[in-house]
Parts: sequence; C-alpha cells; structure tokens
Amino acid sequence: MLSLTLREVSLALREGRISPTELCRKCLNRIKKTQHLNAYITVTEELALKQAQEAETRLLQGADMCVCISSILCRVIGVTVPSFLPLGAPKGPLDGIPFAVKDNFCTENIKTTCASKMLKDYAPPYNATVVQKLLDQGAVLMGKTNMDEFAMGSGSTDGAFGPVRNPWSYAASYTEKTGAVPESDWVVCGGSSGGSAAAVASLTSYLALGSDTGGSTRNPAALCGVVALKPTYGLLSRHGLIPLVNSMDVPGIMARSASDAAIVLGILQGLDMRDSTTVAAPSSPTELPEHFDVKNICVGIPKEYHAPGLSEETLMQWSRVTDMFERAGARVEQVSLPHTQHSIVCYRVLCHAEVASNMARFDGLEYGLRSKVDSSTEAMYASTRHEGFNDVVRGRILSGNYFMLKQNYQHYFVKAQKVRRLIADDFKHVFSSGVDVLLTPTTLSDATRYSDFTQEDNQTRSTQEDVFTQPVNMAGLPAVSVPTALSRRGLPIGLQLIGPALQDKKLLSVAQWIEQRVGFPSIRDSSESRNETGVTKREQTSAV
Amino acid sequence: MAASSVAASELLYNMKKQILILHPKVSCIIRRISTRSPRRYNQPQPSAKSAPEQLVGVVGLEIHAQIHSNTKLFSGSSVCFSAPPNSLVSFFDASLPGTLPVLNRRCVEAAVMTGLSLNCTINRKSLFDRKHYFYADLPAGYQITQQRRPIAVDGMLTYSFLGGKKRNQVIRKNVHIKQIQLEQDSGKSLHDDLRSQTLIDLNRAGVGLMELVMEPDMSCGEEAAAAVRELQLILQALGTCQGNMSEGQLRVDANVSVHRPHEPLGTRTEVKNINSVRYLARAIDYEIRRQIDVLQRGGMVQNETRAYDSKSGETVPMRDKEGLQDYRFMPEPNLPPLIVYEDNASLPTGTDLCQAVVVQKIREGLPELPSVRRDRLVQTYGILTEHSFTLVNEDGLVEYFEAVLKATKRAPRNVIGWVTNELLSYLKQHDMSVSQSPVTPPALAELLELQEMGHISSSVAKQVFQEMWRSSGKTATQIIHEQDLGLVSNTAQLHSICQKVVDSHPDEVHAIRNGNKKVLNKLMGLVQKETKGRADPVLVRTILQEKTS
Repeated sequence: MLSLTLREVSLALREGRISPTELCRKCLNRIKKTQHLNAYITVTEELALKQAQEAETRLLQGADMCVCISSILCRVIGVTVPSFLPLGAPKGPLDGIPFAVKDNFCTENIKTTCASKMLKDYAPPYNATVVQKLLDQGAVLMGKTNMDEFAMGSGSTDGAFGPVRNPWSYAASYTEKTGAVPESDWVVCGGSSGGSAAAVASLTSYLALGSDTGGSTRNPAALCGVVALKPTYGLLSRHGLIPLVNSMDVPGIMARSASDAAIVLGILQGLDMRDSTTVAAPSSPTELPEHFDVKNICVGIPKEYHAPGLSEETLMQWSRVTDMFERAGARVEQVSLPHTQHSIVCYRVLCHAEVASNMARFDGLEYGLRSKVDSSTEAMYASTRHEGFNDVVRGRILSGNYFMLKQNYQHYFVKAQKVRRLIADDFKHVFSSGVDVLLTPTTLSDATRYSDFTQEDNQTRSTQEDVFTQPVNMAGLPAVSVPTALSRRGLPIGLQLIGPALQDKKLLSVAQWIEQRVGFPSIRDSSESRNETGVTKREQTSAV
Repeated sequence: MAASSVAASELLYNMKKQILILHPKVSCIIRRISTRSPRRYNQPQPSAKSAPEQLVGVVGLEIHAQIHSNTKLFSGSSVCFSAPPNSLVSFFDASLPGTLPVLNRRCVEAAVMTGLSLNCTINRKSLFDRKHYFYADLPAGYQITQQRRPIAVDGMLTYSFLGGKKRNQVIRKNVHIKQIQLEQDSGKSLHDDLRSQTLIDLNRAGVGLMELVMEPDMSCGEEAAAAVRELQLILQALGTCQGNMSEGQLRVDANVSVHRPHEPLGTRTEVKNINSVRYLARAIDYEIRRQIDVLQRGGMVQNETRAYDSKSGETVPMRDKEGLQDYRFMPEPNLPPLIVYEDNASLPTGTDLCQAVVVQKIREGLPELPSVRRDRLVQTYGILTEHSFTLVNEDGLVEYFEAVLKATKRAPRNVIGWVTNELLSYLKQHDMSVSQSPVTPPALAELLELQEMGHISSSVAKQVFQEMWRSSGKTATQIIHEQDLGLVSNTAQLHSICQKVVDSHPDEVHAIRNGNKKVLNKLMGLVQKETKGRADPVLVRTILQEKTS
C-alpha cells in the first residue's frame, strides 16, 4: 500500500480498500522504522491522526452521498454533485493523503526551523500558501523534513539536526552490489531538500514539498529516485517560504510519478494576493494525457551539459533516453547554451547577495534565537548571529555583503545580473528556434558516500552539484527531474527536462512518457522487515 | 572704547545697506543676522580688510511625509497615530520570515497626486530597492525604498511669503523638487536609560512615506519655512498627508551650508529633530549663523548631523549612529516594477481597472491648490493678498468666509475683517479649529446684516459677537433683544440726551461755534457713552449739529 502512487492510493481510499487513519498510521509507523534516515525534523503525529480522522469522516459521508444524492437528485435537477454536498464531503484527490513539507515552509504553530539553531524553536503563526492549499484539500501533514541550513547546500548534510541518509543506502540493490555496510557506507540524499526526497523515496509520504533555488528539489529527487518538478518562477506562491534567493526560489513538488506531480501542480499553481511575483495559471487542466505522442516534439540536447565530471553511467542514461526519443519519432537536435559555463559563478554572486539581505532580519529581536550577551544592541546582534548561523550561512552573508558594497556593486552584482540575462536569453533562443524540451542530466553522477561527500566543503560541493540545475533558476524556467535507472552501485540516476516558461504540464507529460518506458524500480513497501528495503519493479514496460 | 564701538556699528550699518543693494536675494538673512542676537552668535564681525562678498546660507530640505492612508505601504495593518504600542503590526511589519510585501495602491496614488501637484514628471515605471542597516526599529534589517528610480522626479514648488518692511509685500519664490520616492517608515525606539533597555513599538513600521527632496535653492529659515508651509497646505488640500509636524506626519531635515555667492557650496550639515515650521526657521537661521561664525573665526564646518534643541534654540552635534554607512542597496526582488499608466487607452488589455493607477484620472481629480485658491480669492472678492494667505492658511476658513458671503449682501471687504480678525483670534484663543466654531457662518452673516441695516452699531456688533461665542446657539437678534442692545433712534430721547451733553460742555460748544467742527466728534462720543454705544450715529450727528449751530 505504501509504495503506491498518489493516484493509486487516492483510488484505494475512495474504494474503501484502506481508510485515511489506517494509511496515516502505516506512514507514521514507517517514519518510526526509518528514523535512522533523519528525514524529518518534526513529526506531527497527533495532528496527522486528527486530520486523517477528518478525512475519514468526509470520505465516509461522500460514499453515502454518492448513493443518495448523485444518482437521484442530480440527474433529476441536472446540477453537479459538489453544489449539493455538505461541507463534510470529500475534497478531492488529495483528501486523506499523507504529505511532508520541507522545514523552510511556514506551518502554523508547528516548528519551522530551516534546520538552523537560529529558528530551533520557532513556530510561525501562519501557513505558507502552498501548505494551506494542500491542507484545504484534506491532505494529511506527516511532518517537517530535514534540509541544509536555510537551504544552503546540496547534500542535506549541513543542517543543525544532522545529515539525511539516502534510503537507497539500505536497499538490497546497493548493499548487495557494492557489499557496502549501510551504517558506515551510507550515501547522501542530495539537497537541500534531502529530507523531502527521502520521505517520498522511503515511502513515508506520497508527496512532499521542497524548495528549489539552484536545484534543491531536483538534485535530491534524482539521487533518491523520485520525480521532482521545479515549476516556472511565479507559478506557485512563495508566501510563507523562508527565502534563500527571492528571485530564484520556487516551491518544488516531489512525488512518485509525473502524473502525481501534475495533480499537485494543479492544486498549488496560480495567483496569490500575498505574493506579487505570482502569475495566473495557464487555463488548461493539469491532468496528464495517458498517451503522450512525442512524434511532434523537438528534444534539444545542450552540448554544454557534457560537463567535466559527468559520470559515464549518467552519460549512458542520457544517451539511452535520447535514443528512445529518436526511435519514437521525436526530432532530436544538439543545441547550444553558450553562457552556461558562467552561470554558476553568477548564481553564487546573486545568491550570496540576496542571502546577506534576507538574513538581516535574524537579529534576535522579534523571533528566533537571542543570545544572552546583552552588553549592547550591537553585541547582541553579533553574538546572536554568530551562535545562530552555521559557517556556510555566515560565509555567504559575508561574501554577499561584500558584493553589495558601493564600490563592488557594479563589478559583481550588476555584472552578474547582466550575465543572468544572457543565460535566460540562451534558453529563449533555443526555445524560439523550435525546441520543445531540453534533455540533460540532473546531477553529475549517482549519490556519493557521506564520508566522501564531506571531504569537500559546502561551496565546492554546491558548485559541482548545481551545475546542471541552477541555470534554470537563473532563467525562471520549469524543469522536471525523472528517475531513469539504477547505477551499477544500485543507486538512482535521474535526467532533467527543461521547458519554456509556463509549459510545466507539457514537461510533465514528456516526463511521464520517459517514466512509462524506463522501468525505474521503486523501494518496496517492506513495513514488516525493518531496515531492510527491497526493490521491486513498479511497472513492467516494454520499451526497454 | 565706546567711541570705537559706535564707529564699528555705523560701519556695519553702511555695509548692510550696500549688501542689500547688491544682493537683494539675501535680504532676509542679513535682516535676521542683524536683528536677532542669541547668546553666542552676535552680528557677524566685519573683516578689517576690504569687505569681500558676504557669506550667505544655502538650504536644501529632505522631507518625509507620512502618507495619509488606512493601511501601511506593504501590509494590511491600519495606520493610526496613538494606538497602543505594537497593536498595529502585521506579520510582514514584524518581518516574520516568509512574508512578502504587497504594494498599497492608495499610497501610489497619493505619491502620483503629490507629484502632479508639485509639477513633477511621473515615472511610468519605477523600482523598489532595499537599503540595509541594522537598527532595532527596522525589523527586516533593510528599508524598502526607491533609490534607483523613484515614482516622481524633477518638480517645482512655488511658494510665497510676506516680506518687506511692513510684512505686506508678497515675495514669490521657486524651489526645485528633485524627486519623490515611496518608502517604508521605521518603528519607534524608546530608550529607557534607567534600566538600560530599549523598547520597540512597531506600529509605525511599514507606514508609507513620501520622501521629497528639495534642492538647495533656499537661503534662509524664512524661505525654508515658507516652502514647507506651502507644501503642508498642498498635502493637506490633496489629503495625501495630514502634515502635522509635531505628530511626525511631516518630518523635515535641513541641509545647511554657507558660501560666498558664485563660489562653490560649502560643507553642509544636516539638521534634524525639527518639529514645527517655526522651529525650522529658527534652526536654519541659527545654523547659518553658527557656520558663518565658525568660518570667520578661521575654523572649518564639519560634515555632520546636528539636532535642533528647541529649548535653547541651538543646534548640537548628534551622536552619529549612522557614521559612514554603506547601505548596500540592491533591487527588492519581491516587488515587480511599479507601472503607472497615462490614460485608460494606454492600459494593456485585460488590466483590472480597479488595480491600475492611471495618471490622467488622478490629474482630473486634483483639488484646487492653495496658490490658485489665494489668487482666486483676491480676484473674486477683491480682498488683500495678505488676507488671502490668512484665509488659506487656516483649514476651513475659506469655506467659512464664502459661506458668510453667501448669506449676506455685505461686501467681501466688510466681511473679511470679521473672519480674519474676530473669528480667528477667538479660535486661536480657545485653540479651536474652524469647524468647531460655535458661531456658524449664517449666524455671523445675520449679525453683519443687522449692523448693515443700522439696527446696531459696530461696537455693539462686536459685543454681540462675543456673546454669541459664549452662549452658543443664540442668534444675534435674540441677544440684541434680550440685552436691549438695539440702536436708540427715538428722536425725543436722543434730543434730551444731546441737550444734556451740550449743556454740560459749554467750552466745546463754543469751540464748534468758532468753526472747530472736529470737536463735534467728542460730543458724539459722549452721547454714545451715555447710550452705551447704542445711539444711531447719523441721527445724533444731525441733532448735535442743530444744537451747536
């Protein structure tokens, strides 16, 4: 049951094969069994059970309604069912579905820590818009997931609550093929939304919210073998998302299939009065067509993404899927995004500058940590910020402020903005030349062992890990990471699709097309055998 | 000693006359310098050598006008001056992480209105920036402002004031408005030195401000005060700012320097903590004198921030909390560019008409501005210019005046004195606004009619007015009737009173008969005294003339 997709489990709930409270308990048990992954910072057990109970009441009422109202009244009067149903009626496909939220989305009266000492005990008084929309749909919040502190990182290794372990570290595919001992050889789950990816991959939630500033949703999704959508900038509200880089942040959707991601996108997208940078959702419904024809699409392969450090296996998967498109009749073209190479440097300047600005509010006065040092206001600021932030955050604040100094502003910030425009233009040119989607790797390789990962510092890792993902954020475009295969080490490899602005649905359709053909295995529901995670093919496909 | 000092003052006097001729523009400083002598800065000492051009003041202003709106610039919290501390604070105002600014359209419209009234160019597209500094009453660690591209630029304010020896000469001047930018107000810090605590009130945090920068086109406190007073009237007429300086709705900082005309500007100081127009003039004049004195003693003016102390009338250096700050400006990423449209035709299709800010529509809705109003009053009613200033300066007084005129046939010239003298001085005495006046325009009109028709004398009219003020609600007619104040025009009665006066003043009667007709007035006065001012003067004069001829 736990390894079903959202769509499947939603149907199971409707058909009464399982009740929301049963499902919720199963997920809570699963969370306890996978505690070693450190995927959650806060588990909202009580609230989850309460919400599940409410969903159950609605679903039961809905079942009765179906008999008495929909069949008789509606046919007679000729109106749609919803207008007749009382408030207790089932709400939609998410009613009763467990979900997880990255700990940088505000949740009312539930701790929202950003994995930082600074906000260790901070419980916001309001819900982020995207969280509220899921709750309004009856989805059941399981908890808040672990991450890199303030989303600064690419391994989910740099948070105040310890690193997140990749669930695949415990899968037979990995341990058997490599002879690894999970307790010492566990691999990172990517970041910064590692906890959310781990939650979906380890079957404790059917969907999870991540945030994506330079790849923070797609990167862990690729390393954990789940689908991730980084929506077009502005399509989803950022209200309540504690910012990293306002001009690049988007809430990301993690799910077990492209079609699940589409359902969630349909619910979350659209204008929000509270976020002036949001745009209206395209009018078409987000339901994906079961059979998407790729014959008429043009797939671009950007040559600059043959980057140094790209693993042979990832390259192989990239070629494999490219060939699939070609064989299915899609037009495949090599394209060029000439300014890509400059992207990561510019990203860093802009990111650090905004970080320096956004972090200024954490001064210990209104909320969060306040240092005991109180000899003067300035001394309190300094020690609060020193005690509250880790080295990575403090380092970015320092360099960001440097970039913004009057004497440096033109040289760094303005220049980086100009290059940002060039990078966005690169994409624009490619898409206006007839290319529908770009196909690239999501990461350079499969997941790295934690012990190896931490040999390099955060910045070096981010530079390596974000190389394929952050140009999309610079341009505000939608992108999807879709799991493609397991590596020789038995770890997931993902590929990335990039599309023009507001083509999120089409992108997910193409992702689904890949998904239907690559036969990526999912971690089996193994609730009986603790710490032992087998692999099963979710779908048998004929394409490969 | 004494002799030499007299000589020096004479020299000075002659010099001043010369300067007045050479530089009529700087007349008011010279006058101030020469007429006022606070403790430390006496009259400028003339240099012993040849007299080079005098140092003159140069004044620019930075004005923060709190936008009169129901809610704050970027949040839905209410704006209210004396609400309980921290009772008007939204999540955004407290800078809770994850909150975003949402621009208040009313504030944009207020800035556009103000910009249009000050002859500014309205930027079709303006931008918001973050200005960073750490201060306890700035919760986000930055202020959202418009540094790169403000909403309005390049305007001009024309202001006038009464100058000349009798202060009845209208002097008209211009000051350039560099820009108007929208920005957030900060909260308030209350320092409790006893307990070494700082208390923060965020009610004001995030309230919309218009920052107006007036170029250094002014040369003394009087000009600056007149410019600010005119701005205050304009803002109040527009309703974009209530303009109360003591409540901080209008905050004025003055940039003051001195130089010799035609030479580069001197080092300037910024004078803060000025909370009335009167203090503004005093602070600036003090600062100009201080700087001139520093220079004349061979010193240098420091580029610093000074605070005006209204008790001592001096400016004192402020502990400069900002120092040499680098504000690290950067674009505000959460707000798209602010676009205003010229007219409905230029709106892109699909724009929500309720959301768009259309300049044309705002221009058409602009009220009558104070300068136009003054001109109209002078032209329409033939009153003196200084009266037009008095009328316009007092909120509601023009309306009052015009309402009285509507209800009486008396000429405006006869009414104006009643409004600008009697009414206004009563209001001032009781610290009341025009709208609170117990004497309504129709009531005053009735009184003036009664006087016009000869029912009462002018002195009795004033007496009745006083009574009307005291016993609100009673009409002039009632009071005249109750207190028997009507004119005595009973000929027999007047004859007997006049006879009595004539009989008891033989010397005066003799004088009149000898041709000194003026003495008749004295007799008339005596008759009025007898009748407590109620005798019909025309009748009395006729009777007296008869009796003394």
